[in-house]
Amino acid sequence: MPTKRDGLGLGPQAIEQRDGLAIVTVEKQIPWSEEIPTFSIEAYQGDDMILNMGPQHPSTHGVLRVELLTDGEVVKEARPHIGYLHRNFEKHAENIDYPGIIPFTDRMDYVASMANSLTYALTIEKLMGIQVNDRVNTIRVLMAELQRIASHLLSVGTYGIDIGAFTPFLHCFRDREMVLDLFEWLCGARLLYNYNWIGGVSHDLPDGWVEKCRHFVDQFGHTIDEVDELLSFNKIFTKRTATVGILPPDLAVNYAISGPNLRGSGIKWDIRKEEPYCGYENYDFEVPIGTAEHGPIGSCWDRYYVRVIEMRESCKIILQALDRLPKGDVHEHVPKRVKPAKGEAYFRTETPRGELAYYVVSDGGLIPSRVKGRSPCFVAMSVFEEIARGEMIADMVAIIGSLDIVLGEIDR
Amino acid sequence: MITRQRQIEMKILPVVSVGVVIGVAGLVIAIGALPTIAGLVAGVIESYVPEELRPAVGRGLGVAAIVGFLSQFPIFAIWFERKVAAHTQDRLGPMRVGWHGVLQSFADGIKLLFKEDIIPAEGDKPLFRLAPYLVVAGTFAAFAVIPWADGLVVSDLNIGLMYIVAIGSFNTIGILMAGWASNNKYSLFGGMRSAAQLISYEIPAVITILVVIVQVGSLNLQDVVVAQQGGVFNWFLFQMFPVNLIAFVVFFICGLAETNRTPFDLPEAESELVAGFHTEYSGMRFAFFFLAEYGAMFLVSALTAVLFLGGWQGFLAEPLIPGSLLFVAKTMFLVFVLMWIRWTLPRLRVDQLMAMCWKYLIPIAFVLLLVASFFSL
Repeated sequence: MPTKRDGLGLGPQAIEQRDGLAIVTVEKQIPWSEEIPTFSIEAYQGDDMILNMGPQHPSTHGVLRVELLTDGEVVKEARPHIGYLHRNFEKHAENIDYPGIIPFTDRMDYVASMANSLTYALTIEKLMGIQVNDRVNTIRVLMAELQRIASHLLSVGTYGIDIGAFTPFLHCFRDREMVLDLFEWLCGARLLYNYNWIGGVSHDLPDGWVEKCRHFVDQFGHTIDEVDELLSFNKIFTKRTATVGILPPDLAVNYAISGPNLRGSGIKWDIRKEEPYCGYENYDFEVPIGTAEHGPIGSCWDRYYVRVIEMRESCKIILQALDRLPKGDVHEHVPKRVKPAKGEAYFRTETPRGELAYYVVSDGGLIPSRVKGRSPCFVAMSVFEEIARGEMIADMVAIIGSLDIVLGEIDR
Repeated sequence: MITRQRQIEMKILPVVSVGVVIGVAGLVIAIGALPTIAGLVAGVIESYVPEELRPAVGRGLGVAAIVGFLSQFPIFAIWFERKVAAHTQDRLGPMRVGWHGVLQSFADGIKLLFKEDIIPAEGDKPLFRLAPYLVVAGTFAAFAVIPWADGLVVSDLNIGLMYIVAIGSFNTIGILMAGWASNNKYSLFGGMRSAAQLISYEIPAVITILVVIVQVGSLNLQDVVVAQQGGVFNWFLFQMFPVNLIAFVVFFICGLAETNRTPFDLPEAESELVAGFHTEYSGMRFAFFFLAEYGAMFLVSALTAVLFLGGWQGFLAEPLIPGSLLFVAKTMFLVFVLMWIRWTLPRLRVDQLMAMCWKYLIPIAFVLLLVASFFSL
């Protein structure tokens, strides 16, 4: 009865009974080594050189390894290799009860933990049919947007470093620190919050938090102006970014790119508008798209600048949420025992990086039978090979930075 | 509650502050009195050293002074750069070692001394060892003809500017050597970029130097300074408006490129090439590259000050401030500008760098040379 188990990299197995024990012999087979071959000696000739960028490189935003086939400074082919940060999230999730998975989702996209746990919580609420009260919804919107600001600040700041400007990074981090302080005051953690629970949030807003948050938003517009002055409209910066890494709208759609990367290509698509959740339909905000101000549409600059404008829009949402914050108990709908009925649910939200979705299958027990994460970064990474071809080595860094990938989410 | 450490700090802070003020004042006086000191030393040499040995001893002392200065200058410059960077970036920078971190560079230097000296197993070992010395030697040697004050120059060469241009390109070889010998692809890229960049930017730099030379009629740096006598409007920066002003900008841009600093820091572009040509270097060998970098910064600034800002000439026709002090002050101001630019601008790409040099700077420099030659006839 040898069976084949797909997806785990295990070949045909032979199970034989010996002394009452099942001895499993597995033929080792690594599927991805066949699908994404490394460059062979025959593949390049003449003046070509293979440059191995990463996994230990200052600008690959984590442990990404990119193999470059270069001719001088020009990159003929770029091949990303992922998996250095694989932590087996989906298999872990099949062995832990529903609330216990939330800290694991935090660790997927560790730059935007709030957005991850929010998506997961919303998925389970959909599976169980829980309707949370307005206060929880408003707080969740607040946190999601603050997290969007924090995440975009990191993205924008490190993008400056990628292009060689160090100063905007520290200006961004100064303000990111303030957001993290707000989070710390709220739930005690600065990076991995475990804040969005199923049916509610872990802590209500402490006294004085609203004023502090308002104060942050008020002065934050100044930082964005500063970043615009120092970086966004700097001649060298636009020259470096506005003509490289062109992702045309059709290619973006074909690859199912989402989030700022898709909007940078000029396509107005935002889950917060298309399929509102947490009451996003009640907020007044714009969805920025790439303007092709300095070069063709879908360039690195467009993707970058969409993030900058999104921070301003997030500020608008935060102010509206602070104004309307209703009274209520944040633990009102938290179930004592999370045991969904047999069934499945798929839910997607707009995280700072794009369309994050969870697909959860329940067999009626305390432990999910399957949890699948749909990662926007993974999808964005898949288009890298297409848009990196023919650019220069320095542009690799610009393209990776503009796609704003987080390896924790790609490798899961 | 005031901690014990804070109490100690509060006790010694006034002492340290007074110390710093006295130190700075002492430094200023010392720089201002450089010609006097040199005169005293010359007197001592004259009375105690036999005549046939005098030039050799004088030059030897001059070289010792230059090397002594250049090996100490980075200690200050690194601290200064970190402070400039920090305040540009809305933070404090080094604050712990000494008053406002003034001793930070000493701590770093000691750390570098004790670090393990790693040579790549597959690298070209003799070249790997040789490269840092070449880079440092190229930079240090150029200081021989820099005029610090009236009559104060180690070697008063009549082809001073040509000597600087020639010896200044020496460190290209060192950088290329370091990139090759490391046997690392990033280092190789850094070395190649550096060679291409330095050779390209040398051309507009030399042509803008020629713009000054045709006005002075001499290659001697002292002559260049003397030609700018008589107050601020006689400095070449303001003469033959706007030819020399543009020449100054072109020369300073080329200087930026030759010191490998942002926006032209492609040879050591951290986000692209890890650390470029010095990726594999550690310990003192790494420190040598730093020494050369800061030395080159001072050299470029000093040369710009001499060529366009009147060297040791004062703002007024009548000298009020000692010339050596003015020269150092002008140079330090330009060093600050270099740092300011570094911490503000992003980095160019390699093709844009070449385009800027060959499409803009060289034609501009040629036009300037033509105009300057025409008017200097």
